[in-house]
Amino acid sequence: MTPGRRRLALAAVLAALAIAPLVLSTYGSVTLARMLAFALLAASLDLLVGVTGLASLGHGAYFGAGAYTAGWVALHVSRSAAATLAAAAAVSAVVALVAGSVAVRARGVFFLMLTLAIGEIVEQLAQSWHGVTGGSDGLYGIPAIQLGGATLTDARWFTWFVLAVFVAGLAVIACLRRAPFGAALRGIRDNEPRMRALGYNTYLYKLAAFVIAGTLAGVAGGLFAAQQRLVTPGDLGMASSVAALLAVIIGGEGTLWGPCLGAAIVVELRDVLSSSLGGHGSLVLGVVFVAVVFLLPGGLARLRIRTGDAR
Amino acid sequence: MTAPVLSCSGLVRTFGALRAVDGVDLALPAGARHALIGPNGAGKSTLFQLLAGGLSPTAGRVSLDGRDVTRLSDARRARRGLGQTFQHSSLFPSMTAAENVALAAERALGAPWSPLPRHRPALAERVDRLLADVDLLARRDVPVAALSHGECRQLELAVALATAPRVLLLDEPAAGMSPAESERLAALIHRLPAEITLLFVEHDLDLVFRLATRVTVLHLGRVLVSGSPEEVRGSREVQEAYLGTGRREDLFLPAAGATATAPDDAPAARDASAESP
Repeated sequence: MTPGRRRLALAAVLAALAIAPLVLSTYGSVTLARMLAFALLAASLDLLVGVTGLASLGHGAYFGAGAYTAGWVALHVSRSAAATLAAAAAVSAVVALVAGSVAVRARGVFFLMLTLAIGEIVEQLAQSWHGVTGGSDGLYGIPAIQLGGATLTDARWFTWFVLAVFVAGLAVIACLRRAPFGAALRGIRDNEPRMRALGYNTYLYKLAAFVIAGTLAGVAGGLFAAQQRLVTPGDLGMASSVAALLAVIIGGEGTLWGPCLGAAIVVELRDVLSSSLGGHGSLVLGVVFVAVVFLLPGGLARLRIRTGDAR
Repeated sequence: MTAPVLSCSGLVRTFGALRAVDGVDLALPAGARHALIGPNGAGKSTLFQLLAGGLSPTAGRVSLDGRDVTRLSDARRARRGLGQTFQHSSLFPSMTAAENVALAAERALGAPWSPLPRHRPALAERVDRLLADVDLLARRDVPVAALSHGECRQLELAVALATAPRVLLLDEPAAGMSPAESERLAALIHRLPAEITLLFVEHDLDLVFRLATRVTVLHLGRVLVSGSPEEVRGSREVQEAYLGTGRREDLFLPAAGATATAPDDAPAARDASAESP
């Protein structure tokens, strides 16, 4: 696709997303909001998986940390959308910094296991820290957030708000990918020893990517908490981490919009269609995943972009 | 008397019972053109890794510009002006030739941390100049996977030069190249600025004797001989190290005092590699 056509396609997609809340039912709008929040999570994970080459099975921890923080702030401090999201970003950034400083020292499978272990630890923390997280009951009754004084109870306005945050998050990722920082991350993915031989402090670059990915996951978590108004330990456990990784792989790791598409498919299969599939949404999702790995190893995004532009 | 730019003293590296590098001393003055040769298994690659920082020594010291860098990582030594190429081309396969060079140039001369995409014509110009120096300008937008072996070796050199190193370690730069490509490489190395200090490992002795002003021969982890190319050529110990102690008078220049005898059937060898490639 030429740059001109891509911009056109991008504009078309944004326009469609903007108009969607007007034509969809309330349930449709809410589902779209969930998809957008999850898409931001998947895109943030791709910064680690596709761009830096660090496959993580614990990304749900930062999503959950953000969700819990946003929920807690809305319940106890302020319902302002800005406050809840800012707090979510800050807390998940700190958690990612602490976790990343340890995990990023490892490579390949060891990194994967460390992220998995950290994810489990965070989930256990959510289960047991009853006073703050509500333990296994979770945080419930989270009030609707407010934007500029108005409470976003209307599904359409809420979805537009989520869309705006999603676009902003994706813009950050897109910017980083095209910047020298992104090129360095791709260099680390391709050949880390060579990057070190060139003088790059690869540990710091990987840690920065980890923290940025974790922060964006936290913002996604904040959006999720605002939509669902309930956060449970399961939201930051293996289920979220695996779903996010599935989204990245089905959509196409290393591309910007592939993981977003993958996220939409995951939410659709797991949440929306699940009841009509006899509750077997996750099973179908698993089958789709296996099919993609065998038939479309680069993910759905690479099915269309034939020039191999996605990296 | 200026301090050597790169030096090591008493460098030892063991792998279990194997002493891969067994007490090596080396001192390179600025602008040196120093070749490191030796039969396979002599410890040349290990020595390179010790100097570059990819491996830590069991004993001994490495100094760059008179400062002890033994404890510094490879990345930190690279930031202090040490560059290297690898025996097996170590490039970035998902990127084009120009992007490979740009990645290197960015670290040394640009803003590698920048989170904002910027158009930097000065950097692009430098990348093009480096590619032109290695005769790859026409292939700048070709992905690495599509480059030939010789082109990869050339790109390898361009990438190393892009960081503007003051000391350059070349590990078999001509490995796998055809005679024509070796010729071009020799010309390219010859054109390198005189300020750059060069230490290279090579099996192609033509290249060695053409480019080097000093040659060090390594054998079983130790320095056998270190001197001018002529001294090394005529050294009996070097001949014995490469070829064993059988008859070999017609393979090498006669050592001082030896008499020439009737020639064997053994063919004259120009490549001193003890193993066939």
